[in-house]
Amino acid sequence: MSTNLSSTPSSPDSATPVPATSIDTTPVSRPPHPLVEFWYHFKQNKGALLGLVVILLITFVALFAELLAPHDPNIQYRDAILAAPVWYEGGTWRFILGTDDIGRDMLSRLMFGARLSMMIGLIVVTLSLAIGLGLGLVAGFFGGMTDVLIMRFMDILLALPSLLLAVVVAAILGPGLVNAMIAVSVVVIPHYARLTRAAVMAETGKDYVVASRVAGAGPLRLMLIVVLPNCLAPLIVQATLGFSTAILDAAALGFLGLGAQPPTPEWGTMLASSLQFLQRAPWVVTWPGVAILVTVLAFNLLGDGLRDALDPKLKR
Amino acid sequence: MLRFILTRVSLVIPTFLGITFLTFILIRLVPGDPIEVRVGERGIAPERLAQLRHEMGLDLPLWQQFLDYVGNVLSGDFGLSLITRNPVLDEFVTLFPATLELAFSAMLFATLVGLPAGILAAVKRGSMFDHGVMGLSLTGYSMPIFWWGLLLILFFSVGLGWTPVSGRLDLLYYVEPTTGFMLIDTLMAGEYGAFRSALQHLILPTIVLGTVPLAVVARMTRSAMLEVLGEDYIRTARAKGLAGRRVIGMHALRNALIPVVTVIGLQVGTLLGGAILTETIFSWPGVGKWLIESIGRRDYPALQGGVLLIATSVILVNLLVDVLYGVLNPRIRHAR
Repeated sequence: MSTNLSSTPSSPDSATPVPATSIDTTPVSRPPHPLVEFWYHFKQNKGALLGLVVILLITFVALFAELLAPHDPNIQYRDAILAAPVWYEGGTWRFILGTDDIGRDMLSRLMFGARLSMMIGLIVVTLSLAIGLGLGLVAGFFGGMTDVLIMRFMDILLALPSLLLAVVVAAILGPGLVNAMIAVSVVVIPHYARLTRAAVMAETGKDYVVASRVAGAGPLRLMLIVVLPNCLAPLIVQATLGFSTAILDAAALGFLGLGAQPPTPEWGTMLASSLQFLQRAPWVVTWPGVAILVTVLAFNLLGDGLRDALDPKLKR
Repeated sequence: MLRFILTRVSLVIPTFLGITFLTFILIRLVPGDPIEVRVGERGIAPERLAQLRHEMGLDLPLWQQFLDYVGNVLSGDFGLSLITRNPVLDEFVTLFPATLELAFSAMLFATLVGLPAGILAAVKRGSMFDHGVMGLSLTGYSMPIFWWGLLLILFFSVGLGWTPVSGRLDLLYYVEPTTGFMLIDTLMAGEYGAFRSALQHLILPTIVLGTVPLAVVARMTRSAMLEVLGEDYIRTARAKGLAGRRVIGMHALRNALIPVVTVIGLQVGTLLGGAILTETIFSWPGVGKWLIESIGRRDYPALQGGVLLIATSVILVNLLVDVLYGVLNPRIRHAR
């Protein structure tokens, strides 16, 4: 998705092409396609590349969990309760990462957990981005009282510690995966709204916007077709980083018992439900945590790389 | 100066009212009538229900209920906990010092480690050390802290037996709370064994809660230093022959600190949010653990009051940082 969207921020170049003058006869090589240019800068950042590879791997696992998982994530092998991972003494290849307290295969559960976490990230980012973008566009575009009202409300949401707000929303809606996703989405809306508003306000004064206003473009066209594509760069970065926040916060809610409920193989929930076996069988706690850390780290690496590649101020 | 402070304070008032409204509405969104929720399975006669609703003002229009609520809050009445029947404010005030002590020590840890790490990374840009600091800080920033806490407990408390697993003080000791800060109270009582124990209990929670702010401070310090090191006055300072240490310490650091101080201030919200997880893992008797327990007991007045009080303290700290910032930096004071 990142490469797909990333062509847009450079679109001002393509939107206002410089007419070739007939006086200049020296052959000028064509500028590289924005995507090519983006990829050139992006691939300089080894960390970001690593993040991208890890994300692709996790996505692959998430998509094909049924085919890849060695066992059904919910089948309880009563003969192998708390079986050790393969490199421990007594570990077998049957359960590579061991089993949990009721004999379910850890590896299979983690694979299905990857599906849940990627889904949580995708839904939360889509939801909060859509609402935040809408609010920010309206606030930045119309200004005045609308702007004040929307942004004051966003400030109020920002004044609450994000996890606290998510906990309260989840507590009121009741525990569950869907409610946890709503809670986490609500918390991050202000970030997108503020970013969009700032970008929109910076763009609306520019000549190309005035020109299309003069040419008779209506407010909707100005907002969505003229201004929005040029505000996307910071939003793409924020959305990538938003994946990591979403996965982390949803796991935290799961850990607190306010997110996905057992037996759902959500990583945070898995961690919480096998807490009392921490000493006897550390792997039931270690692996879900490693899974969360690696996924979140990968998205943060990618987000950092995207920021460097998309931010013209940092380029060269 | 006074005008600047007054403007900042007046800007906070709508936010405070907004938070009050938000907490008021959120509790109204809980499914079920507050009285029926409280009575639970036993049930209640309709006449008695109507009488109770009238006594509690639940039959009034919503706006009037809200005004009453604001009035109560402003006079320090946050309602009674459904479970303990104590005023919510009292419970909060008893538990808050524990959270504050933890948050302070986490912030101290984050600053003491993050600042030097960030400075060194910037000075040795591109070195192994720089890459190490950046890699570790991004890892710290991505850390699920509830898992991190469990790992530390498993390694240091269970494995090595160096630190206690949970709580604030060994059961051997009892210290009369005067300030509520265990480290200060034990010292004032002259109980050095208890002080040692309190310190040991504080170490792991401090590391866990301080990890994310540490990562943020290190990254911020590094980028602020890099920006400042590229400025003309640094080149001038070097050109006139000042020692490298003096250029970094006197000229660069002082200017790089401005954004870093702001970031430290902004981390207060993160700290209080992270306290919910940290306190739950370490059974730390602070407001975070209390809030989670209130949710479990469906003690909505406690939840409502607690959220409002925490939000208010975050707003106040941010206001303080804002004002301090203006005092330190005249350019901001005169900007508007």
